[in-house]
Amino acid sequence: MFLLTTIHGIPVFPTAASTAAIQQDRLAWFLLLVTGGITLFIAVLIVTFAIRYGEHRHPQAVQIEGNNLLELGWTAATLVIFMVMFFWGARLYYHEYTEPPHAIHINVIAKQWMWKFQHAEGQREIDELHVPVNRPVVLTMISQDVIHSFFVPAFRLKKDVLPGRYRDLWFQADKIGKYQLFCSQYCGAEHSRMRGTVYVMSQADYAKWLQNSGAMGSAAYDGERLFQDLACITCHRADSTARGPNLVGLYGRTVHLNDGSTVLADDNYIRESILYPNAKIVAGFEPIMPTFRGQIDESQLLDLVEYIKSLKTQQQLEPYNNRSAPPNGPRPTESRTQQP
Amino acid sequence: MSTATAPQPQSNYLNEESSLRSWLLTTDHKRIAILYTLSITFFFLLGGIFALLIRIELLSPNGMWVSDETYNKLFSMHGIIMVWFFLVPSIPTTLGNFLIPLMIGAKDVAFPKLNLLSWYLFMAGGIFTVYAIIAGGVDTGWTFYTPLSTGYVNGHVITAATGIFIAGFGTILTGLNFIVTIHRMRAPGMTWSRLPLFIWSNYATSIILVLATPVLAITLLLVAVERFAHVGIFDPALGGDPVLFQHLFWFYSHPAVYIMILPGMGVVSELISAFSKKRVFGYGYVAASSIAIAVFGFLVWAHHMFVAGISVYAAMVFSLLSYMVSVPSAIKVFNWTATLYKGAIAYKTPLFYAIGFIGLFTWGGMTGLFLASLGMDVHVHDTYFVIAHFHYIMVGGMVMAYLGGLHYWWPKISGRMYPEAWGRIAALIIFVGFNLTFFPQFILGYLGMPRRYHTYPPQFQFWHVLSSAGASILGIGYLLPLCYLLWSIKHGEVAGPNPWGSTGLEWRTSSPPPTHNFNKLPVVTWEAYDYSSVPKNREEAPYA
Ligand code: HEC
Ligand SMILES: [Cu+2]
Ligand SMILES: [Cu+2]
Repeated sequence: MFLLTTIHGIPVFPTAASTAAIQQDRLAWFLLLVTGGITLFIAVLIVTFAIRYGEHRHPQAVQIEGNNLLELGWTAATLVIFMVMFFWGARLYYHEYTEPPHAIHINVIAKQWMWKFQHAEGQREIDELHVPVNRPVVLTMISQDVIHSFFVPAFRLKKDVLPGRYRDLWFQADKIGKYQLFCSQYCGAEHSRMRGTVYVMSQADYAKWLQNSGAMGSAAYDGERLFQDLACITCHRADSTARGPNLVGLYGRTVHLNDGSTVLADDNYIRESILYPNAKIVAGFEPIMPTFRGQIDESQLLDLVEYIKSLKTQQQLEPYNNRSAPPNGPRPTESRTQQP
Repeated sequence: MSTATAPQPQSNYLNEESSLRSWLLTTDHKRIAILYTLSITFFFLLGGIFALLIRIELLSPNGMWVSDETYNKLFSMHGIIMVWFFLVPSIPTTLGNFLIPLMIGAKDVAFPKLNLLSWYLFMAGGIFTVYAIIAGGVDTGWTFYTPLSTGYVNGHVITAATGIFIAGFGTILTGLNFIVTIHRMRAPGMTWSRLPLFIWSNYATSIILVLATPVLAITLLLVAVERFAHVGIFDPALGGDPVLFQHLFWFYSHPAVYIMILPGMGVVSELISAFSKKRVFGYGYVAASSIAIAVFGFLVWAHHMFVAGISVYAAMVFSLLSYMVSVPSAIKVFNWTATLYKGAIAYKTPLFYAIGFIGLFTWGGMTGLFLASLGMDVHVHDTYFVIAHFHYIMVGGMVMAYLGGLHYWWPKISGRMYPEAWGRIAALIIFVGFNLTFFPQFILGYLGMPRRYHTYPPQFQFWHVLSSAGASILGIGYLLPLCYLLWSIKHGEVAGPNPWGSTGLEWRTSSPPPTHNFNKLPVVTWEAYDYSSVPKNREEAPYA
């Protein structure tokens, strides 16, 4: 079952199952203690005054204009407390928004009203996500239609999933179990049914799951096939006469554009290059690349991006049937079926 | 309106004319206030019915009575009606309209005809929106987030948006009217430092109304353009940016929450002073904090977008500013508390509402500090925690203040007293019902229950049932004042000019006031809340 702290079967506190969750709870308790304390203090003051100075006991009000020192004092005290809250919250947020290195990457596509997950190793899941415990996981998320939001209460994490833009969310689960996934941004009729499950598994179980889940090839491999089929390869060849830039080692590099500016080649840049090739022109090239908008869907785009990210050596760029040994393990030639 | 049984000595704004025409074409700010009161009561009941249906539906985790789509329409219409046709206009157009000229010693607002036009615009907008409901409803949520609203839902989005657009012009004109009135129409001697705090808070509110509402109008217009003409503004599929919409929307809607709470703060300052017979502690600080809220309120909009796609550093700036805007609110709470100290406190219904307001508003504000804290917001954003938070401010705060003010000024408005015992009972029921409805939602939110969910995992059911039970108590609490206030119009005890022994100018003319408010021009020589200036005889109306 979904783990919750319950009293007589009534849930009162959510399970904490990620590194962020523990820190988040600590902040929550701090906030609760401080705000609860102040509220209680004010309530006690008001009730005491109301009783003590009821008109029967205290018929003549004493007119007091105010007190500058008191005003200054409580304003300053409020500010100090607020600043502590701000810094604590900002630190945690910064931590939650800074991806650690060496994470597992999983692509997420949200659409009305389901979650699709694409593992780098090629596994595809719908409304279910399997991840290993104690390893950072980065989700690269995009929506196919409206805004959704990826929310796992047990991880205390959420992030809106936007159409037209990749956004990353990282977490490190630290408790094996089964956790609820919600879409928390209103996204139309079946918003409340856009739920899923995150399975946090031991690393051994996860490795086993990867092997047994019947994936036929990695996401990058699917991307490579698309790269051939869509004839990207005709321009993006490894030789010096190619009409398009060499894509090997592109990911993470700074690209110089023909208007003199530079841009970091991240997922969103590669995506834009494919959908809106004329938005940014690489220095030294002509704007001849056709747009692939409307021809490929988000899932194929993610595969292409995966492939381009995987390009580390010139040899990889050669068509796979020209190569003796494929670098990414055995490659079946028949097209694989998508598993639900 | 009845002039009936008991003697009403002189002619007043209610009995001078009584034809329907005299009401519909009136330019008297007091009559317009009554028109607004009737209208927003209607919209409050309408929005309340939607709320009730939502709470009934949520009794069961799988939804029992309505479809997903109908449920989405229910919460959308609840939000749209309550925000734009009740909360935004509530205190300014009713108590504000009635009291601002009276409190500053003026015959009317600066532009009486414009005032009437405001009401017609409001009603025209209301009719459009009600038409959108009858024709099939809207299911965008009150926030109209794109690209959902522009490309994906089928409801009557443009009709509803048009309604809000038109009503918006009504509120802009009201704000403009108040600003000019407060600047130009004050009686001799009514200097800025002698203004009642209700005036200060309505002044601050009016600034926001005038500056923020046009942004909403433009935003809704852009939504209509994209939806109707497929011009790419917000939808990435058309080349737009969905986050841009959120920036525009919250640039209006965050200040709008201060439109909804500032007037309530003004009412509470009046009530606390009147029922502790004491000048407001730190008058200058309370007045200045209203203006500070209005100004800072424009700089915090993106705190609604911490998980929506703004940069980490932008988020930090907006978090910091959100804490800053909370400081003036805290100052107000401290000053109200200090005002009670060494007062001569009368336990009357309006005081109960005022104290209820301070309690609920404070807790609403405190939970706002959770949401302003970035790391915390990542978890509770878009959950029931947020729902609970803003209902504590809007319903716990604003509606409490509105009811408190309505009871306090009822003798002035109607010439009759409300039944005190019933008043206290209703206030108590509302307080209990409110907390029972909304406190469980904080727990639900932290547990992870997302907002706008028709169906939900069964583990949340206990808290939903509790919340729905509270809502039924709250509903009864709201119906009570409706009944006994109407009853009191005919049967209430006749009120003198100043039944509470209050200081304001409105209490120095007869109840109900004559059509032109004061038959003798008031000359002000006292500070606001100077109880030594009040005539000892409560039947005396020096300026009537
Ligand atoms: C007609 C030739 C042509 C085809 C076909 C083509 N491209 Fe390009 N591509 C170019 C050119 C020329 C540029 C550089 C100018 C620019 O930025 O538009 C480029 C730029 C790029 C870039 C940015 C490279 C950098 O160094 O910043 C990426 C990524 C890319 N293409 C991917 C693709 C993919 C994926 C496909 C197939 C779906 C593809 N291209 C098909 C010609 C082509
Ligand atoms: Cu959703
Ligand atoms: Cu806000």
